Amino acid sequence: MKPAAFDYARPDNLDEALALLANRGDRARICAGGQSLGAMMNMRLATPEVLIDIAGLGELQGIAIVDGAIEVGAAVTQDALLRWPELGERQPLLAQMLPWVGHYQTRQRGTVCGSLAHADPSSELPLALTLLRGEVVLRSQRRRRVVQAKDFQVGMMATAVAGDEMIVAARFPLAPDGTAFAFHEVAQRHGDFAIVAVAAVGDKNGVRVGVGGVADVPSVINLTWPVTDLALNEFAWALGGADDQHATVRYRRELVRRIGKRLTGEVYDALP
Amino acid sequence: MRYLEAGQLHKVSFTLNGDAVEGEAEPRMLLSDFLRQKLGAFGTHVGCEHGSCGACTVRLDGKAVRSCLLFAAQAQGRAVATVEGLAGPDGLHTLQAAMQKHHGLQCGFCTPGILMSLSQLHDEEPNADEARIRDVLSGHICRCTGYDGIIQAALDVFGKG
Repeated sequence: MKPAAFDYARPDNLDEALALLANRGDRARICAGGQSLGAMMNMRLATPEVLIDIAGLGELQGIAIVDGAIEVGAAVTQDALLRWPELGERQPLLAQMLPWVGHYQTRQRGTVCGSLAHADPSSELPLALTLLRGEVVLRSQRRRRVVQAKDFQVGMMATAVAGDEMIVAARFPLAPDGTAFAFHEVAQRHGDFAIVAVAAVGDKNGVRVGVGGVADVPSVINLTWPVTDLALNEFAWALGGADDQHATVRYRRELVRRIGKRLTGEVYDALP
Repeated sequence: MRYLEAGQLHKVSFTLNGDAVEGEAEPRMLLSDFLRQKLGAFGTHVGCEHGSCGACTVRLDGKAVRSCLLFAAQAQGRAVATVEGLAGPDGLHTLQAAMQKHHGLQCGFCTPGILMSLSQLHDEEPNADEARIRDVLSGHICRCTGYDGIIQAALDVFGKG
């Protein structure tokens, strides 16, 4: 459980990081907190030739409200966002989901954007970003582009980030007035990978339900009131998924149906 | 830019429990291995080496983190605290004494990591309740105690501030 050899680079600014990516991007990995990548490297599932450590870059440390969204810099830890005083009011669903991301110890090092980059299908932050219709800001020497959440995660642990690109920020839209939300997750231990995670956001017109842990990417469905058992059942089957060492796919479907029913009921009851 | 080539030894220096320390490490050397193999600080234990078990937890600039998910080079210039730094001249840290009193350990493998997490929590939230303590301890695996003794030890220390 030791990583393979790699060059370690700690750029002094973003331009240096982008220059390194431009030259060696295909064989380099960006490391912010390293709480997913470090484990992957220790297991040699990731063997970069160059590790580019961006944890100390001041220009990536910001949390700010920009154009109706909370913009979170690529070096912001999950713990820092959780401690951001405005989070609970501005985006209560995110505030509710963050304590489920890893553990106290990993959240103090792991970053919000790093979790998105890792793109584990059972992770909470990709689910939150997809459900909330967030965006990811990418930079390379060539260009800067903004990718919608639905286009960002393209498969299991696969994203739209090109070899010479890196995430510089993620944007979580602010919670609009007149909406309600709910979240629940089943895992073997609090903080472990979700067997099934379900989040729901609704208003008087309907509810969006997002599921992580079943399909290869976070999956969202738009439902109108009243939400029926049939609609949730069709959604559960449409997710696909497979048996693994933690749970059967049949059990996962049952969780989607039951948690989905409970959460959509909570959202409906909480609507203003 | 600081650039350390693979396969070469590079100097790493930081403070360990307040004392300046240094050693040489390849970029790939984990902080947990650096502490044990280069500095002879065996208090930090190495368990799963992928961030799940919590045995290797140390404090980096005050924050409890996994030393198996940090490279030694990333501790350059920082402050590292390990279980060796908890006890003072007057004896055990109150958390250590409580662990002893409440049978919060048996084999002791997980104990250093648990103590480092609880020490941060106690510094920042001395009145943390049982739910909060359990939340923080969910980042640690203990295969001996069934956790009850650990929780009792923590409850004996927290909420006295």
